[in-house]
Amino acid sequence: MSLTITIPTPLRRLTDGADSVEVDAATVSQAIDRLETRYPGFRARLCEDSGELRRFINIYVEGEDVRFLDNLATRVAAGSELSIVLAIAGG
Amino acid sequence: MSFIKGLKCRECGRTYPKRPIAGCEDCFAPLEVVYDYDGISRVLSREVIASREKNLWRYRELLPLDEEPVVGRSTGATPLIRAGRLGRAIGLENLYIKNDSVNAPTLSFKDRVTAVAINKAKEFGLEAIGCASTGNLANSVAANAAAAGLPAYILIPDSLEPSKVIATSIYGARVIAVRGNYDDVNRLCCEIADRHPWGLVNVNLRPFYGEGSKTFGYEIAEQLGWRAPDTIIAPMAGGSLITRIHKGLSEFERLGLLDNKVHTRVYGAQAAGCNPIVDAVKRGSTDIKPVKPNTIARSLAIGNPADGYLAANTILETDGWAEDVTDAEIVDGIRLLAETEGIFTETAGGVTVAVTKKLIDQGRITPDELTVIAITGNGLKTQEAVQLAPPVVIDPRISQFERVVSSLTAAA
Repeated sequence: MSLTITIPTPLRRLTDGADSVEVDAATVSQAIDRLETRYPGFRARLCEDSGELRRFINIYVEGEDVRFLDNLATRVAAGSELSIVLAIAGG
Repeated sequence: MSFIKGLKCRECGRTYPKRPIAGCEDCFAPLEVVYDYDGISRVLSREVIASREKNLWRYRELLPLDEEPVVGRSTGATPLIRAGRLGRAIGLENLYIKNDSVNAPTLSFKDRVTAVAINKAKEFGLEAIGCASTGNLANSVAANAAAAGLPAYILIPDSLEPSKVIATSIYGARVIAVRGNYDDVNRLCCEIADRHPWGLVNVNLRPFYGEGSKTFGYEIAEQLGWRAPDTIIAPMAGGSLITRIHKGLSEFERLGLLDNKVHTRVYGAQAAGCNPIVDAVKRGSTDIKPVKPNTIARSLAIGNPADGYLAANTILETDGWAEDVTDAEIVDGIRLLAETEGIFTETAGGVTVAVTKKLIDQGRITPDELTVIAITGNGLKTQEAVQLAPPVVIDPRISQFERVVSSLTAAA
């Protein structure tokens, strides 16, 4: 399942400057595995040692926060857009 | 003169020089401005503060500017009102309202944080100002950017109240409505900040921006005669304001400016239709579970509050609590404040008044406590939320008038 993952600026130093990356994965967790394989160290930026998503990271699948779906087990359809976004303040 | 030592990550401790930055580059937590408090204590005293102009720059050593401010000279120094009539109505003997519904220039507490952010953007040489906003920040950024001579890009959810939209566009800002809720708009702004050399006040100027809220707390302490209150109730959207109010009181204590120690209990207020921080507090936790907002209190409609864990932490550590109220209770809160004290606040203020009443009914706030309710915005901004019976209509005949007056008097 080919996904497009958008990468926020602070993580682009890990992706050789790429602001979006294409991977094949069926779930969010698999997508992170693919990123880790291609860019070692990536998983540790997104996840705590426990495997859970870091507090200040949000992942959206087609605009929906995965915390409302199935967290890292959330399934992703082919052609989906997965956005990694840092937590932000109110206004 | 600047007393900024730099920026520091709350979570992992990594330090950064002062520059536009959204958060820690290792763990993405918020960054805090680090001050040279020893240096500040040598120049700042009650007398020095009292001798200065009545605006938020009175406390400028505690704010993260390096140069003289170019905007915000009429911001801050809002009234602290002894609220005897509201107090009697809800059972408090020693109640005050800190009234930012009349803050200048745009009638909400946001002018405090915007003033700091825009001055900082100018110092950094940024080309434009922008923000994601549910309304109050939009008004504030647009107005203050115009006064500073900077172009502004304002992104709002497309469901925003019309009065809030006009009150932003009037300043000549470029306003873009986004199909979605505030969280969607925010996400987009993060991506915009990545691509443009702009100061997005609540994104890449965030560490500096948030500091402006401390002045709400400083003013309360100064206006109470250099004392911290026993209790404060504040609304929570992103969670930053309530945290900074307490930080402000703590900084004053640290600088030896207060007569008493800060034992202030901090209470948070949200709408039942968007209560992620209240929910965490009730679980005794700082782990926020995001929700989907559904409330008339749009200025508090942030389902995934980035400073939520900080707010919950401040509340739990000060032995405070948090409550939420229904939309109907929010409107009752607005009306109660208006009818007892003559202050017309927006929905966020209605939330705070209604939650205060609820906390008193629960026995959490006792009648004698010196209590301050934080009123953060003006009711003219959310008039659509309040449905009132239209006035009776008469012909210009004294007999009809007298009949109406009699029936109104009888009904009262």
